[in-house]
Amino acid sequence: MEFFRIKRDIPFMRHALVFNAVSFITFAAAVFFLVTRGLHLSIEFTGGTVIEAAYAQAADVGKVRTTLEDLKLGDVQVQNFGTPRDVLIRLPLRGDVKQAEVVSRVFDAICRAENGTVSTQQVTTEKGEAISKPVCTAAAGAEPVKLQRSEFVGPQVGSELARDGALALAVTIAGIMLYLAIRFEWKFSVAAIIANLHDVIIILGFFAYFQWEFSLSVLAAVLAVLGYSVNESVVIFDRIREAFRRYRKMSSQQVIDHAITSTTSRTIITHGCTQMMVLSMLVFGGPTLHYFALALTIGILFGIYSSVFVAAAIAMWLGVKREDLVRVAAKDIDPDDPNAGAVV
Amino acid sequence: MNRYPVWKYAILVVALLVGLIYTIPNFFGEAPAVQVSSGRATLKLDPAFAQRVEQVLAKEGLTADFVQFDGNSVKARFADVELQGKAKDALTRALNPDPADASYIVALNLLSRSPRALAALRAMPMYLGLDLRGGVHFLMQVDMKSALTKKAEALTGDIRTMLRDKNIRHAGISREGNTVEVRFRDAATLTAARNLLADQLPDLDWTEAADGAESRLRGTLKAAAALKVQETAIKQNITTLHNRVNELGVAEPVIQQQGADRVVVQLPGVQDTAKAKDIIGRTATLEVRMVDDSAEAAAAAAGSGPVPFGTERYVERGARPLIVKRQVVLTGENLRDAQPGFDDQHQPAVHLTLDDKGSRIFRDVTRENVGKRMAILLFEKGKGEVVTAPVIRSEIGGGRVQISGSMTTMEAQDTALLLRAGSLAAPMEIIEERTIGPSLGAENIAKGFNSVIYGFCAIAVFMIVYYRLFGMFSAIALAFNLLLLVALLSMLQATLTLPGIAAIALTLGMAIDANVLINERVREELRGGASPQTAITNGYERAFATILDSNVTTLIAGLALLTFGSGPVRGFAVVHCLGILTSMFSAVFFSRGLVNLWYGRQKRLKAVSIGQVWRPDAPATPPANA
Repeated sequence: MEFFRIKRDIPFMRHALVFNAVSFITFAAAVFFLVTRGLHLSIEFTGGTVIEAAYAQAADVGKVRTTLEDLKLGDVQVQNFGTPRDVLIRLPLRGDVKQAEVVSRVFDAICRAENGTVSTQQVTTEKGEAISKPVCTAAAGAEPVKLQRSEFVGPQVGSELARDGALALAVTIAGIMLYLAIRFEWKFSVAAIIANLHDVIIILGFFAYFQWEFSLSVLAAVLAVLGYSVNESVVIFDRIREAFRRYRKMSSQQVIDHAITSTTSRTIITHGCTQMMVLSMLVFGGPTLHYFALALTIGILFGIYSSVFVAAAIAMWLGVKREDLVRVAAKDIDPDDPNAGAVV
Repeated sequence: MNRYPVWKYAILVVALLVGLIYTIPNFFGEAPAVQVSSGRATLKLDPAFAQRVEQVLAKEGLTADFVQFDGNSVKARFADVELQGKAKDALTRALNPDPADASYIVALNLLSRSPRALAALRAMPMYLGLDLRGGVHFLMQVDMKSALTKKAEALTGDIRTMLRDKNIRHAGISREGNTVEVRFRDAATLTAARNLLADQLPDLDWTEAADGAESRLRGTLKAAAALKVQETAIKQNITTLHNRVNELGVAEPVIQQQGADRVVVQLPGVQDTAKAKDIIGRTATLEVRMVDDSAEAAAAAAGSGPVPFGTERYVERGARPLIVKRQVVLTGENLRDAQPGFDDQHQPAVHLTLDDKGSRIFRDVTRENVGKRMAILLFEKGKGEVVTAPVIRSEIGGGRVQISGSMTTMEAQDTALLLRAGSLAAPMEIIEERTIGPSLGAENIAKGFNSVIYGFCAIAVFMIVYYRLFGMFSAIALAFNLLLLVALLSMLQATLTLPGIAAIALTLGMAIDANVLINERVREELRGGASPQTAITNGYERAFATILDSNVTTLIAGLALLTFGSGPVRGFAVVHCLGILTSMFSAVFFSRGLVNLWYGRQKRLKAVSIGQVWRPDAPATPPANA
């Protein structure tokens, strides 16, 4: 089986202007949404409290909301999480409320709303692990609501995470640029970084437009995508360098077209495989991995586009020439290079 | 031509075996166990205690799979939950005859079911993070400012004492923030004081400032000294937390330093944050009192008479009762530091440093009580215990006390630790708190595991269909990658979290890139008309440079995440970086090994099974080997 039966090099670069225009419009739209809507940051960044509760029956989100509004804990968000029985409650940081008590107060309130009382119980799991936990019991020993998970993040942590995230991004960019500049040439390194930052901004644009929750794991996904889609550019650049050495008569544009065409098959297959894995996470990973997988999906799709159409085009605009790369080749003679002997 | 020397195959076989050995423990699951740990700070368990547990179990006719001592607790593993429950009851009854005053904590726990032979090779399952097994997580911020203030305050007292001892007259000592300021009326005294202080207190930097008739000497804490204060403070807080958390009987509590001034506390299996906070926030107190050595007291200690008026009976470490006066000489507040060390005769000793007020009281008391004994008591949960009861040999001034004689280095360390364990070196505040229910944890494991398995299968099926035998090699190499990655994580005893599982999935998804590159290159070489053997060699060689480049860029992103990430991101980054390294090994070295093994020997190889190789010039050409 062979999916890609391409007879001739596809003249990608003839349409470079169109691609760049498309990129620019998407990019501008992403920036626009980022500015106007902003990211919906998770409490890891903003600080606050998140409580996940599982009801025995489908939860009445409206009722939970009114119950919690009576507690006067500020702007409470209540929504379903994964299934109709699971509820996610978000509470902001408030100076006047003692954060350490928020979780128990909320659980107490939603438990009372279900006519139950909270007590601490010592339970032994089937496997034989002792667990002590607050349990909400109603009449007849039923457990109308269970505390699945709670999370409180103080204000100190949030700002630090945002700073560390920005630093990680900056270091990744600098590291990749430096490496590409050493391994190839500064024009490639600039082209690759612009192409891939454009991916990052577009992922963020999606998160801003749909107001998906931007958490730490999404940040990790964004950085992983950055490293991954630079891969793509590297593979194409490698081919460009090889083609410059091999086909001395081709113009820069033809060389780039050739490099892209001959890597198309690999690009699609690799990304397809990675995407299969990510889809598997999106489908089977549950709500916790949902946005992580979503960020990766967008990143991978735009990664293909940007490395093929954007990075090479920028490298071309920047005026990549044979001399930029063959100079390197003259120093270390490649034994596999059919033209190696011709270099004096 | 495509052959590996024997040593390369040997490396692969060894890697495979090591991978298997270290991965296997993860599949055995966990068995019910009972954990016995010390219930009080002054009681330390030793390996011999395991035998005592065994005896108790044997007496009740309960058989444990094994009983082992592991540093600070004894664990016994059982076949089922019923046996576990009985064993817990039996051990509680035997070890804690008085339930109101429990010396030991007997708790239910889980232990890996993997064979002991594997454990002997240090092949143990990965720890599961809290998001996978449930529990509470606290991130606590140590208030370093107050630790530094405490140190500066202490130094202020030292300076006062030193100047008085040397009869150097000053016009006042004050502390502002972490700076100590001493005022003098004339320059000569200032110089004398400066020489003395610079000599005696190497932790401070001194600067002079003239201010009208008065001259001032300003001492600021040196950066290195401040750092040391902070390090000591956080270490002491961690020790104190350990002692307190032990009491919860938690299976594997994690208490770790994070960054310069933070402590992470993770308590698997605990869901009750209120109780956990209560225990973490509790303080123990230290008191120094005099021992009553009268005849009545001796009788009372022996149990044959009533406890004399104004005294109390306490148990010394080692279970000897002691009659101690009610009157408190000093409290833990006056104790600034306790460090293990050696005395003049090179015998192990504990060095105590008292504050200004404490030194004065101590001098008076020791002067009046030479030859008598004093007791240092630690109060926890409202119950006191004598940590040590030394004899006073002579008057002790200057606030530097040395307790020595008849103790081992280990005991000296323990005593110093206990004396310091009284309280936290600096207050702590909870800045992050997370609880994860146990059912949610199990759900997360299943979801993470399913994502990896289904994703892996999809990739493997696709590769085999598209690249035939070479696809099979790639799939095997990918499986090998997974094996190595899990083995490596188990070897490092890394904590597996849900982001970690996501990283495994993502790494596998990305690792296949290398094999796709290789396979595409081999096809391309074949398309160009190369013979199969040459195509394999060239395909692998040409693809390698590209694989290296692309992995390096991914690794850069991974390392940046590792350096700047915290919490869940770190877990992701560790797995991601390790995965990139193992994928280089498996995708290039291992898959080449498989190819060489299969095709390498055939000198006249006509075709390789890599799926259809389509040639643009001759579309009618039959596939090379379909």
